[in-house]
Amino acid sequence: MSEELETERNDVREDGRRPPRAVVGSHRIEEEMFGKAFDGRVVRRIWAFVSPYKMQVAVSVAAVLVFTGTQLVIPLIIRYAIDNGMVVGSPDPSALGWAVAAFALVILINYGASFVQASVVGKVAENMLFDIRRAMFGHLQKVSLSFMDKTEVGRLMSRLQGDVNSMQEFLETSVLSVGDIVLLFGIVGVMLWLDFRLGLLTLSVLPVLFIVRIFWLPLARKAFMAAHVTNSVTNGALAEAIHGVRAVQSMDRQQVNFTLYDDKAHANLRTHLTASRYAQVMVPIVDSLTGLAMAVVIVVGGSMVVNATLDVGVMVAFLFYIQRFFDPIRSLTMQYSVMQRAMASGQRLIEVLDVEIDVKDKPDAIALSPQMDGSVEFRGVSFGYNPKHPVLKDVSFRVNPGETVALVGPTGSGKSSAMALIHRFYDVQQGEVRVGGYDVRDLTQESLGRQVAMVLQEPFLFTGSVFENIRYHKADATREEVIEAAKAVGAHDFIMSLSDGYETGIEERGGNLSLGQRQLLSFARALVADAKILVLDEATANIDSYTEMLIQKALVTLLQGRTGLVIAHRLATIRGADRIIVLQNGQLIETGNHDQLMAEGGLYSRLYNLNYASFDDIPDAELEAAVEGGSQT
Amino acid sequence: MSSDAIGSAGKRGNSFAHVEAAGWGRGLSTLLRITRMTLRHPWQVTFAIGSTIIAAGLQLAIPQLLGRAVDETQIAFAGGTAGAAAEDTLWTLALVLLAVAILRGLFTMSQNYYSESVGHHIGYELRLACYEKIQRLSFSFHDQMHSGDLITIGMLDLEGVRMFFSTALVRVVLLSILIGVGAYLLISTDVVLGLVALSFVPFVAWRSSVTQLRLRATWLDLQERLSVLTRVMEENLGGIRVVRAFAAQAHEMLKFDKASKNALSLAHERVGIRVRNTSAMTFSFFIAMGLVLWVGGNKVMAGEISVGTLASFLTFMTILQMPVRQLGMMVNSFARASTCGSRLFGLLDLDVAIKDAPDARPLDINEGTLRFENVDFAYPSQESRPVLRGVSFEGRRGETIGIVGPPGSGKSTIAHLIPRFYDVTGGRITLDGQDIRKATLASLRKAVAVVQQDSFLFTTTIENNIAYGDPWAKERRIERAAESAQLHNYVLGLPAAYGTVVGERGVSLSGGQRQRLSIARALMLRPAVMVFDDSTAAIDAATEQRIRASMKKYAEDRLTIIVAHRLSSLMHADQILFLEHGEIVERGTHEELLARGGRYKALYDLQVRPGDEMLGEFGAAQ
Repeated sequence: MSEELETERNDVREDGRRPPRAVVGSHRIEEEMFGKAFDGRVVRRIWAFVSPYKMQVAVSVAAVLVFTGTQLVIPLIIRYAIDNGMVVGSPDPSALGWAVAAFALVILINYGASFVQASVVGKVAENMLFDIRRAMFGHLQKVSLSFMDKTEVGRLMSRLQGDVNSMQEFLETSVLSVGDIVLLFGIVGVMLWLDFRLGLLTLSVLPVLFIVRIFWLPLARKAFMAAHVTNSVTNGALAEAIHGVRAVQSMDRQQVNFTLYDDKAHANLRTHLTASRYAQVMVPIVDSLTGLAMAVVIVVGGSMVVNATLDVGVMVAFLFYIQRFFDPIRSLTMQYSVMQRAMASGQRLIEVLDVEIDVKDKPDAIALSPQMDGSVEFRGVSFGYNPKHPVLKDVSFRVNPGETVALVGPTGSGKSSAMALIHRFYDVQQGEVRVGGYDVRDLTQESLGRQVAMVLQEPFLFTGSVFENIRYHKADATREEVIEAAKAVGAHDFIMSLSDGYETGIEERGGNLSLGQRQLLSFARALVADAKILVLDEATANIDSYTEMLIQKALVTLLQGRTGLVIAHRLATIRGADRIIVLQNGQLIETGNHDQLMAEGGLYSRLYNLNYASFDDIPDAELEAAVEGGSQT
Repeated sequence: MSSDAIGSAGKRGNSFAHVEAAGWGRGLSTLLRITRMTLRHPWQVTFAIGSTIIAAGLQLAIPQLLGRAVDETQIAFAGGTAGAAAEDTLWTLALVLLAVAILRGLFTMSQNYYSESVGHHIGYELRLACYEKIQRLSFSFHDQMHSGDLITIGMLDLEGVRMFFSTALVRVVLLSILIGVGAYLLISTDVVLGLVALSFVPFVAWRSSVTQLRLRATWLDLQERLSVLTRVMEENLGGIRVVRAFAAQAHEMLKFDKASKNALSLAHERVGIRVRNTSAMTFSFFIAMGLVLWVGGNKVMAGEISVGTLASFLTFMTILQMPVRQLGMMVNSFARASTCGSRLFGLLDLDVAIKDAPDARPLDINEGTLRFENVDFAYPSQESRPVLRGVSFEGRRGETIGIVGPPGSGKSTIAHLIPRFYDVTGGRITLDGQDIRKATLASLRKAVAVVQQDSFLFTTTIENNIAYGDPWAKERRIERAAESAQLHNYVLGLPAAYGTVVGERGVSLSGGQRQRLSIARALMLRPAVMVFDDSTAAIDAATEQRIRASMKKYAEDRLTIIVAHRLSSLMHADQILFLEHGEIVERGTHEELLARGGRYKALYDLQVRPGDEMLGEFGAAQ
């Protein structure tokens, strides 16, 4: 590496140029936020979640109608009171009394209706939110693992949270829209009924508002979206700075990053100011139109009153209605956006709910008894994630009860797939996998799972105490059982050295433990599960030698009295197995114990003779040579 | 970033001034401090408050005008004025009303816009201050602070502070004018009717404040419960193989249902609180309205007031209704800004533990010699537990030092002390005789590169990731660094080669690939001291061998320090230090240490020849 011209590293140049390769935060690719305003397919599917609450929804729609009705009636009562009880001339003394009594009745009804409507809708929407989420979560527990393999957790989480939330919002607002539409038509109707000509004249300002909003909406939405995007970009950059702070400091990037972040934060400021302008520009428009409508009532209505062609009470009622009639238009246009958002979200929810379940229990599936013999057999198994590219080709072997078999072979030879098939994570395309003498497809997945324990290469721990994690599979395991298992795998000592022993909380994904320690815990977990068959994928990553030794010992304990299938990387493990199965390119090419295979002089012996402590340490070139050697013989 | 961004950069002036301004007023109460920040935008604040006052005044004029109009018609109807004169008066009133309505609209717009604008500007300034602070705070702070908490401060708390001006301060002005002047107008017109019309105000104000505060408290609780639910789902989906492997779906559904019900019941409770409150507020408002109708109607009949006055009372009530209901939100804004602000300013006021000394000077490196002189160290959070004790060694340019020892012996700590991620608690570390605490941090970190155990990938292209420490780097250099780190061939196989986006939202790399990337990253830096902090653990031995071979020439120009537990990584070092309980217990070359037959030898035996007694045990168990 020769020394090149030393540039002033990192810095933003004096002319304001930013370093070409420096970025902070990522440009998030936003998902489609708005769909069609109405998508029959989505609505039908979502209806399935609403229908359990049909009664409640009906009640709340009825309540909304009553509520809207009372709102319409109140100005009429005031009008009655004025025209019959107070006008100059012949006031009827009892009219005011009647009006106030009617008013009292109406506001009582209003109170009841608003209470019923809001609480019923609010609760149903919450319930539905949780129902949809539960249905999706439950579905994800059953869908094929190949779907889960290729889908990011973050993406699923945004389905389970953001999209579900916008469905909730949708239900709440759609009931309210019913009220708004009725209110709008109600006001128009009542005004026309009170005085057709004055009504028509006053209402002429309504279309103006409609037209303005139609032009305004797409522009405003663009501005709001821009603000939303810059906001999430800026927040993303902050999150990155927090998570990557050590890398930032060790490479001394603070200065440049600050400038780049400033660019983003400032862009965010600008988009927000623009969005704010768009939001606020509607205020004077609505106010002016309201003023105009009132002015019309004063001039035209006033003259009519003077000329005795209109009661003064009607004029007052008009003034009251005018103050209300822009509200429904405002909220209806808002709800239009909510609908569109809900349709886009609904579409995505349906996609998840429609993911097919490949592996299902047969209707007459039998439960695998714990008394089964613990044998595992592959009979002519062919399998590929994509059937055109099989990763296992006509593989047959049998593992006898209590036997330990090591699966060995280069990367991509099909070891992990074979292991996944025993647990029926996937279904074979040809042949059969038999556990305890049954085809796994004839067994219930639940009972199969109870008899086949798996230890994965990357041990996954759940948030909760060490104790809870060890008894993950057997929720009723006692403290004694757990401690015994931990002692048996040699995890007890390090557990006791943790701050709270067995009650120590595991941080996210076991972040507070080393890989080796997590491995030991997952061994203990498998031991507590006490399954007849243990399938284990040995970790390839380096673990410090001290823990490594513990793990090797634990393996011995774990395999005692069980049928074991181990994807082995370490020679110590391989040599200790009863039998070794060598896979290459999806085919079983050698089987036998260490001595037999060494005597045969095949791939295994060549790999072994390369003298690496682990098969994974073998460099590609040498590995290729060894594999080639096999094809020549 | 386009030229557009750069253009605006000129206009926005000195961003560090904003950062400094956010640090003003330590010790002042939080709300005062926020208020003081808003005053950095005096014109916008003036416009916002001025518009608020005018808009509120105009708002109050509307019921008066409507009342006048109604009265005019009544007087004319009763024959008090001639028809034409009455029409003229009505026209005048209508035009005045229209003008008032338009002006009110314009001033409300200005009020809203400027108060939001002040908030957005403060938000921008606080964001910068927050970002800068987080970037500078030292490792020991970040070790103890949950990243999630920092994110909460930087996003949610900041939001609470930003909104203070528009939702709290401006609202106070608006409400005091509407209620104060409004009450004066009503009561001066008719004491009894005025009091009746205002009777709902105290009740609604009290209800809405109490409710908002309760909703806020339960909201925090709900977030807590929802985050439990989120965790359950996230872990389930992330660990779906474990779930399936143990056939634990039913168990997981139970966990989900428990978390879900827990959140749902609170969500229901919150709906209840909200609904009870809104219904009660509306009801009390209508009761007051009914009373005004009753009392006012009687007064009209008795001839004490006109119909127009009654109408203006009723209109006034409808106008007052909304702002009074929002009083609770205003109270809530005060509470929110106060708690959010105290957390945010708490962060901004923190002292940075590791920073340039006042007399710091850039490092002057000639020889490139690193010395540890009797170094002691304990982490700030556990001062009573020494991690390193009396560690001394020296390394020169071209040499390689290997550090090995059991887990927790302090190996990685040594790697972290050299670039001053932490400061020593005793002794000193020097580079060419200069105490690193007296050098500028920037120059030190250019001189020392650490390849971390767990390297962080930024969500950007591979080339940007490799060039992270040298963003002006040319393509050729980046590729060469990748070649040396044995990453080049892998990268060429990716869909967009060096342009492939990696990280959280891009292609995910395996542990080994990440470590190779971070080696390439360090190679870009040309430091005087290169430290590998157990950074090849996930790379297989053969690849590591190749990396070492290709770095041979590179290593001639600098001191290399390798911390590892795999002996093959450091057997070739010029000097190997064996660390135990924070002390160097053995040192020498590989051969010397083997000959000595001590701890190093024991570790070597364990790693290179897996103990036969262990194999025996394994066999016996079968």
